[in-house]
Amino acid sequence: MSQQRKAVALISGGLDSLLAAKMMIDQGIHVEGINFYTGFCVEGHTHAIRKKDKAKPKRNNALWSAEQLGIKLHIIDIIDEYKDVLINPKHGYGANMNPCLDCKIFMVGKAKQWMDANGFDFIITGEVMGQRPMSQRKDLLPVVVRESGADDRLLRPLCAKNLAATLPEREGWVNREQLEDFSGRNRKPQMALAAKYGFIDYATPAGGCCFLTDKNYSDKLVDLWQARNKKDYELDDIMLLKVGRHLRPQPHYKLIVSREDGENKFLKGYKKQFSTIEIKSHNGPLTLVDGEVSDEEFRFAARIAARFSQGRDADSVTVKLTRKDGEEQLVDIPPLPASDIKQEWYI
Amino acid sequence: MSHFTLDARRSLCPMPVIKTQDKIAELQAGDTLEVTCTDPGALSDIPAWCRINGHIVKESHEKNDEVVITIQVG
Ligand code: SF4
Repeated sequence: MSQQRKAVALISGGLDSLLAAKMMIDQGIHVEGINFYTGFCVEGHTHAIRKKDKAKPKRNNALWSAEQLGIKLHIIDIIDEYKDVLINPKHGYGANMNPCLDCKIFMVGKAKQWMDANGFDFIITGEVMGQRPMSQRKDLLPVVVRESGADDRLLRPLCAKNLAATLPEREGWVNREQLEDFSGRNRKPQMALAAKYGFIDYATPAGGCCFLTDKNYSDKLVDLWQARNKKDYELDDIMLLKVGRHLRPQPHYKLIVSREDGENKFLKGYKKQFSTIEIKSHNGPLTLVDGEVSDEEFRFAARIAARFSQGRDADSVTVKLTRKDGEEQLVDIPPLPASDIKQEWYI
Repeated sequence: MSHFTLDARRSLCPMPVIKTQDKIAELQAGDTLEVTCTDPGALSDIPAWCRINGHIVKESHEKNDEVVITIQVG
């Protein structure tokens, strides 16, 4: 009996990687999934923070895909290593701060290391030629193959027939005839294949698999780097970019104003790392102050925060100002009039 | 067979899943692991991870904004 070959599948949680893995399973390949967590992934997070999203619990689509396929899924934390990919992408950024080509090269390279360490034979991805402007352009697919080190052990079942035969095909581990030749942005062939396999209720993320394709998110990241004068971040920084309203009244400080209860609770966890503003006389947001502020600026920031409280139309609102070192003071301040909140403060 | 605990509080999904996965990799079949999280997403994600990786969720509950999940390693 011939040896059962093993493939590691990059599972993003989207339809394409689900289909690619399913095609291999149907060809008798032992498939296990791998999912990389960069810190920017759309999966998870904010549904845990915002109350309105909690009513509709959000599943982790990578786990869901693995369950549909009946395969193991290994979720790997690459937060630290990914920093270099995002900060110094050799091939540059896409429409926003998404370094898709470098990201793909990095992830396939990590999958190659995992494959070698675990005695697997090849790697599969759900890439479709020409589907995404940056990482899936026809002329760029070979760049991923080459620079990741995966070489001909990288098989893309959904568009394999448009590409040169890879080792698994040449060796007869998989039947090339049963692979697909999808290309371009038309999603109908994938949807038809999903229907054939009986996959319904699959995820259809708009834009991409991570927040870096989102313009608002990217703007906040760029603002963070500009304000700090260096391209760097910690996990907490990138989490906070997903939470609250962000306003920068002056270059040296920014306010993160919670929008609802869930965010309030989440931001409370950061009270030791930031100076904070709490509205005491009315219902209102918790606000973090990112940056060093003078007493006068702290009070001005409190007037902005009060604008977002239920005391917005009151003559005076009582707020508690707490410095990072724990020093507290209660002050009464007039909320800033709506017309004085400048549009350009919003990041 | 031993009992272990894991503190995954204040980390957001999928980090509690990753921490659980990494801890379970060190344990033996039959051991139990009690994971405490503050992200309610863990209530669906950790059991889903357990189902696909052959571990059993013995018990799970929410208490004072914390989620506690007890897993038997498969
Ligand atoms: S969308 Fe994000 S995770 Fe997906 S390839 Fe681009 S940078 Fe990487």
